[in-house]
Amino acid sequence: MNNLSIQMEGVSKRYPHFFLDSISLELREGSVLGFIGANGAGKSTTIRILMGLVRQDAGSVQVLGHSMPAEQTAAKLDIGFVSEDMRLYGAATLRWHMSFVASMYPRWDQAYADTLLRRFDLKPEQKIKGLSHGQRVKAALLLALARQPRLLILDEPTTGLDPVARREVLGELMSVLTDEGRTIFFSSHNTLEVEQISDHIAFIDRGRLIALDEKEDLLDRWRRVRLMVPPNAAVPQLPGVVEVAGTERLPVLTTSQFDPAVVSLCQNRGVTVEAVDSMTLEEIFVANVQSRRELQPA
Amino acid sequence: MRLFNVRDGIVNAAIFLLDTPKKLYILSIFNMHTGPSKIVLSQTGGPLYQQIVNQVKQKIAVGEWVAGEEIPSIRQLAADLRVSVITVKRAYLEMEHAGLIVTQHGKGSFVAADVAAGPELFEQEIDGHLEEVARLGTTMGMSEREIVSRLRKALDETENAPVIPKSSKESL
Repeated sequence: MNNLSIQMEGVSKRYPHFFLDSISLELREGSVLGFIGANGAGKSTTIRILMGLVRQDAGSVQVLGHSMPAEQTAAKLDIGFVSEDMRLYGAATLRWHMSFVASMYPRWDQAYADTLLRRFDLKPEQKIKGLSHGQRVKAALLLALARQPRLLILDEPTTGLDPVARREVLGELMSVLTDEGRTIFFSSHNTLEVEQISDHIAFIDRGRLIALDEKEDLLDRWRRVRLMVPPNAAVPQLPGVVEVAGTERLPVLTTSQFDPAVVSLCQNRGVTVEAVDSMTLEEIFVANVQSRRELQPA
Repeated sequence: MRLFNVRDGIVNAAIFLLDTPKKLYILSIFNMHTGPSKIVLSQTGGPLYQQIVNQVKQKIAVGEWVAGEEIPSIRQLAADLRVSVITVKRAYLEMEHAGLIVTQHGKGSFVAADVAAGPELFEQEIDGHLEEVARLGTTMGMSEREIVSRLRKALDETENAPVIPKSSKESL
């Protein structure tokens, strides 16, 4: 369980209008990392570097023990990769793609592929060009899953899927995880599903990794605290406050380092804690990004 | 048969059942055995790990899960519920600390042999809440009498108000 599937250290890449700023992250075998970022934050660049499709300017990348991009051929035998801009052959059928992929990967599981066909509601005789966007995504996922790769790298795997298909896809991803030797790295805009299935969460914004945490820790530490401040009292200094909203008498603090001791700290100053609200991953992400952008305007 | 595959949800089962009335019978059996997801999570029902803890507690309280019985492994439950392994792990840890379940390395997790079953479990829960009330009241400098009178007032309000089931987020 302590093997690292992914290890990035100080990875940088400069483009004319974008700079990926020394990304370091590790992902242990058997876990799921949800990678969240706004549009243009650097998610796809990071994923392309992980896949050896783009060479980093600096830093080291190890995927399944292989150094990237140098050893990408060996690494890719065990990586299933699905991204939005991945193209299948329009004129060929899904069945043709299945036998094509099966011919290259010895671990291809035909029975599992057939099960996935039913579960994803796909028709193998249909040509790719006749598929809807959602069906193409599911077809690409099927081709990746049936190879039984040790590492799945998925760039927005559920974008464009209807709710039923999304649920099926998430179910398949989670059933992959019943095998402790398999790992998933996926990026998404859909914070709700990331919150649901990830063990670890990474936030990326403007080319920088701004958070990398165990999901439960992250959700535990962020809180909105609603206070009532009497005229003669003042709000005490609280740790980790990233945002103060509301009014002077009824402020609402957002903190990234909540501690139950905050409640008594406030009471000692005559300030009443009206409520301590937990936050969704989306709220945490937005608060985190906004507070950093305010501190460091582009 | 595919219908009983653990990973196949109710949706699949239901689709099967649309064809013939005979198969409708299968659905009722399927539901009687509560199907694959013995725990049902709600996206608006508060922290997921807490929902798991609460529902397992209820299962033990009503005797659906009995002392010594093996419960799903962390990874299996995570796959069934489509939630992260770490979330289920946290729920299991919490239940271990509460003495509800025991995990034997390499063997799996079981309902604790000496688990307080039935009403006793809920009594413990109430005591926990009452202790919290006492602690909060004291911190706020309320007198004993005031705390008691507030409890009485709450009781009166419950009697007068129509009983609306609380959301599971608030219960337990």
